[in-house]
Amino acid sequence: MKLRQIAHSRTGDKGNTSSISVIAFDEQDYPLLLRHITPERVKAHFGNLVAGEVIRYEIPSLGALNFVLRQALGGGVTRSLILDTHGKSLSSALLDLELPDDPHTHEAPAQGDA
Amino acid sequence: MRQIRIGAGAGYSGDRIEPAIELAEKGDLQYLVFECLAERTIALAQQAKLRDPAAGYDPLLPERFRAVLSLCHAKDIRIVTNMGAANPQAAAERARAVAQELGLTGLRIAAVTGDDVLPYLSNGDYRIEETGAAVADVGNRVVSANAYIGAQPIAEALANGAHIVITGRAADPSLFAAPLIHEFGWSLNDCHRLGQATLIGHLLECAGQVTGGYFADPGYKDVPDLARLGFPIGEVSEDGSVVITKVTGSGGRVTPATCKEQILYEIHDPARYLTPDVIADFSNVTVEEVGPDRIRIQGASGGPRPETLKVSIGTVEGFVGEGQISYAGPGARARGELALDIVRERLNLTGVSTSELRFDLIGVNSLHGDRLSGNSGAHEPYEVRIRVVGRTDSLAEAVRIGNEVETLYTNGPAGGGGVTKSAREVVGILSTYIPRHLVRPTVHYVEC
Repeated sequence: MKLRQIAHSRTGDKGNTSSISVIAFDEQDYPLLLRHITPERVKAHFGNLVAGEVIRYEIPSLGALNFVLRQALGGGVTRSLILDTHGKSLSSALLDLELPDDPHTHEAPAQGDA
Repeated sequence: MRQIRIGAGAGYSGDRIEPAIELAEKGDLQYLVFECLAERTIALAQQAKLRDPAAGYDPLLPERFRAVLSLCHAKDIRIVTNMGAANPQAAAERARAVAQELGLTGLRIAAVTGDDVLPYLSNGDYRIEETGAAVADVGNRVVSANAYIGAQPIAEALANGAHIVITGRAADPSLFAAPLIHEFGWSLNDCHRLGQATLIGHLLECAGQVTGGYFADPGYKDVPDLARLGFPIGEVSEDGSVVITKVTGSGGRVTPATCKEQILYEIHDPARYLTPDVIADFSNVTVEEVGPDRIRIQGASGGPRPETLKVSIGTVEGFVGEGQISYAGPGARARGELALDIVRERLNLTGVSTSELRFDLIGVNSLHGDRLSGNSGAHEPYEVRIRVVGRTDSLAEAVRIGNEVETLYTNGPAGGGGVTKSAREVVGILSTYIPRHLVRPTVHYVEC
């Protein structure tokens, strides 16, 4: 199953640093995020797109994680040659991460949860 | 408990105009805030002001004010905005001219200045946050330096009766914190309240990004009527708690999920969000649905404000040239790749000097590279668009990059179409920190 099945995400940018939230649709799935979406995994997923370190912050009251990715925006929003200078689309790449299948959370979330 | 309703009328300089009109008409507001100033915008505005001393404020200011001033005047809604950019006083004069055009009288307009700290940077050992280098070593590439000022001078202008407050580089959340400080009499040392005020500002500052904008993902996160997206209202109680909502019947939706995305947007450490007013702590914030499109958010706190203020430094960073062309149908990808090879060789043959070059296949690998795109070379898209972009020291060389893509029309692979090209000067942004006591905001007033 893809991370997209249980979580949503938004990317922000400051200089050459990208920040990406990962938020459980259902706060009961927060422990799954904690277990599987580690900074090491996020760093490996993005590979050479992220030259610097990846830091993870935990926000249990929101059922969410926040990742800070250093040296991730081609030199910074204002000078990057990458088509998506802000790295706005990185959140969609992160939601493509594979998670172990879990029958309870296999369906797309009900609209009321989003 | 007493409540204040604050609306967000714009989340960036080019944002939609009508949602602010809807808010002024139907939002039952006391304040309407327009956040229109990105880091780079102020550097560009500073350059515009150098060319024309009466310029340097947001070019959409007259249009936005023409759209809402009469309504705001009639309903006693006060306006706070950073549309002053590099020239808040000229912006205030322009706002007065718009008010006069509309036949409005009895208006007091405040301009907050003092964020321009360029003269101070040559005296002192300031370091560039991103590189560790001395600011002095950046030399004449620096075109602007603006400190992020806080809520205090804006609250002062409101206390002095301003109906419209126009700032330059103020911190975005401070535009929203100031009316709360003014209305509820919160102390500038009340870290708990200022933490919550900062959270409220952060929720509202990107306007539609909390009401369902930048959120939709069909089948997963559906949002109705984004073409008529309603902008947010913060219904703030005296204890600092807030309900985020929007005008009934407007497009979009306000849900726990839309609010959570915005709470974490562009935050690094959620326990230490630095603003000029407070070091805000969002790490224990809770979100609760209390009605349709009504989300209560509470639990922010904070620690004493930093003793230094962040400074955004605009620098001239050379030029960027770019060209694109599309191929379609059988063999589109092979022709696109051939086109990239040709341009690469042409830039070598003709001696175009670049410090950085990219060759992208849009639709295949341009955003995240080959590995994340699952691009093994076997994928055959129906259409592909190539993009060549490079950094140069001169505008003339930047222009030649786009030209080499354009000449593919008659010299390149078969069936290429839809060339676009551009060449532009790049203004970069660096950061440093300056002692707070060096930044002395001043409030100026004009009346009509």
